Amino acid sequence: MGRTEAHRTARTVDARAARAMVVCAALVAALALLALMSLCIGSASIELPDIWRLIAAGPASSTESCIIWDIRLPRIVTSILLGGALSLSGMLLQTFFNNPIADPFVLGISSGARFTVALTMIVVLGANGIMGPWMSVAAALTGSLATMALVLLIARRVRTQSMLIVAGVMVGYICSAATNFLIAFADDQSIVNLQNWSQGSFSGSRWSDAVLIAVFVVAALGVVLALSKPLGAYQLEETYARSVGVNVLALRLAIVLISSLLSACVVAFAGPVSFVGIAAPHIAKLLCGTSRPLLVTPACFLTGAVFCCGCDLIARTLFSPVELSVSAVTAVFGAPIVIALMLKRKGMR
Amino acid sequence: MMGPDRTYDTSRPAALELDGVSVGHGRHALVRHISFALASGEVMALIGPNGSGKTTILKTIAGQLAPLAGTIALGGRDLRTLPAATRARRLAALFTARPRTELLSCKDVVDAGRYPYTGRLGILSEADEACVRAAMEATGTWELRNRDFAHMSDGQRQRALIARSLSQDPDVLILDEPTSYLDIQAQLDMLRLLRERARARGMAVLCSLHEIDLASKAADRVICVHDGTASAAAAPDEAFTAARIEALYGLREAAYLPAFGSFEMDRREGAPRVFVIAGGTAGVDTFRALQRADIPFATGVLSPDDADGMLARSLAARAIFSEPFEPVGREQVERAREVLGRCEALICCVERFGTVNAANEGLLEFAKAHGIPCYRSAAHYLAHR
Repeated sequence: MGRTEAHRTARTVDARAARAMVVCAALVAALALLALMSLCIGSASIELPDIWRLIAAGPASSTESCIIWDIRLPRIVTSILLGGALSLSGMLLQTFFNNPIADPFVLGISSGARFTVALTMIVVLGANGIMGPWMSVAAALTGSLATMALVLLIARRVRTQSMLIVAGVMVGYICSAATNFLIAFADDQSIVNLQNWSQGSFSGSRWSDAVLIAVFVVAALGVVLALSKPLGAYQLEETYARSVGVNVLALRLAIVLISSLLSACVVAFAGPVSFVGIAAPHIAKLLCGTSRPLLVTPACFLTGAVFCCGCDLIARTLFSPVELSVSAVTAVFGAPIVIALMLKRKGMR
Repeated sequence: MMGPDRTYDTSRPAALELDGVSVGHGRHALVRHISFALASGEVMALIGPNGSGKTTILKTIAGQLAPLAGTIALGGRDLRTLPAATRARRLAALFTARPRTELLSCKDVVDAGRYPYTGRLGILSEADEACVRAAMEATGTWELRNRDFAHMSDGQRQRALIARSLSQDPDVLILDEPTSYLDIQAQLDMLRLLRERARARGMAVLCSLHEIDLASKAADRVICVHDGTASAAAAPDEAFTAARIEALYGLREAAYLPAFGSFEMDRREGAPRVFVIAGGTAGVDTFRALQRADIPFATGVLSPDDADGMLARSLAARAIFSEPFEPVGREQVERAREVLGRCEALICCVERFGTVNAANEGLLEFAKAHGIPCYRSAAHYLAHR
């Protein structure tokens, strides 16, 4: 009797791990499908057999090969990596603030990063310099850390979750206003660059950027997975985490640094992208039926990737040749989820 | 029931020992010079009014706050030199903050108690699973294991959190207000469980309790925390005298009855308007009803040591007592008649008169003869007033 019961317990744990794996497999399949569609569809339509041929042949000088290898593939890879990054960043911030609608966009961190990147861009381009990817990341990280510090200061003062969000949105508005001010006074050359980027878009992604993003994002994913045990304890109240031996200060610092780095990556290469950080982790948790970090983190990353890849496809093709900003599309899908979350938690303090 | 003389194994170091500890947030000490030793298998309770520093003491012992002075030793080792992971295997703590979870089952929450024992990724071994199951069965939460923790009742959550602490398999268990959120049955179950664990596994329990009556039933020793000091640990019957409890809580317009472990509102002073004939436990409800209606009353002739006698001492404006274990005397009846003569009504709660209280029947006759209206109970009187 005791043995069968023990087996049953073991099975329920396995069942949840299995569910998480099935979810991840389904998400990978969805991602592959979306990636293929993104390769085919566009201002120049390319048939599926041609895609195989072009990819198998490697980069070549033909127009079609250039479209696939130099434009669409890096753009797809970038959207996947940055979508995952946004989702991870959102998940970390939600755990940190124990608030289901926290993410880098809502808390104003993206807008802070956008301001510093815009500022750097204008200064560097004004001096006829070249803005490298490292410089963008550094500028964005400075901005996101500074805004994060500001939000943390406010969070110490406000005791209610909704006030934290309001404070974050206000910080975001201030940073956006400052950025718009910069854009208004920038010279023509810079404006072309700024306008595109500052709305949020994956267009113009390059392989060199994608590699850099991959390094940051994969490293961050690894660290988050390695931290899943203390993160799980932290989910169950800070005092409890401390009492079972979690170094809460170090953990909080790690969460702040990783989430800031991830959102800085997104802003540096795609501009601010809204709502993915809230919607994707929430969908992933519902799909997996749990919020245990070890089980939900991979699904969380993949959901963000699918979300962004899909939204970018829509942004690119819906009103082709006019390209929408990806934030416009993510907002259409993401905002209703946020509203649903707020209604579900109407007792939110 | 364990007496104050209970001896503990002194060859081993105390499970928990505080020596001259001062606690507080920041630099300001809230409670100073706390010293006590908690033996394995002992249950100790901290008692005191809100804001007296009970929680601060517990948080300091649990390593959440640094002590401002003195040393805390866990199983003979200074807490400061003990790595957090080792401490977590020896000491479990449950404070009143409740986790707000999302999509976590009851068992997920209890699983977390194995944190100090699991590997890098926190995956539970078969032994861990067995430990979790035992803790959940002991607290009656095993049946709830697949329920969403966020959708459980406060009482169920509290039991699950206790299960989490037990699954941590600690030598010392720290609990802050463990009986809050629980109904009376669950409170008693909880304290029985803690006592049972303490006795069977030698787990030492230190908890803060609001309810003095629960502390006197469940704790081997108690410490009263009050005005920046912590009393020496003492058995509940020594610590909970009426005078000490009234001073501890700064009671005004209320009194503490040690025999019942109950608190009574203060008496309504003034010239008695009603005379109550009571005895045994017959008058308890009437006394309380008159107290609530704010009517000063007299009562007699009562035996001083039964329930009515003890309650009358706190609640009656005037009470006339017989000698202990003696029948009611003539002189006491005379005094009772004098008081009764000035009352506007008589309530006779007693239905039978026997040898001991035969004289009280005379009081009833006296009232009838003098035209004083007689009632069966306070409700009867208040309705006809």
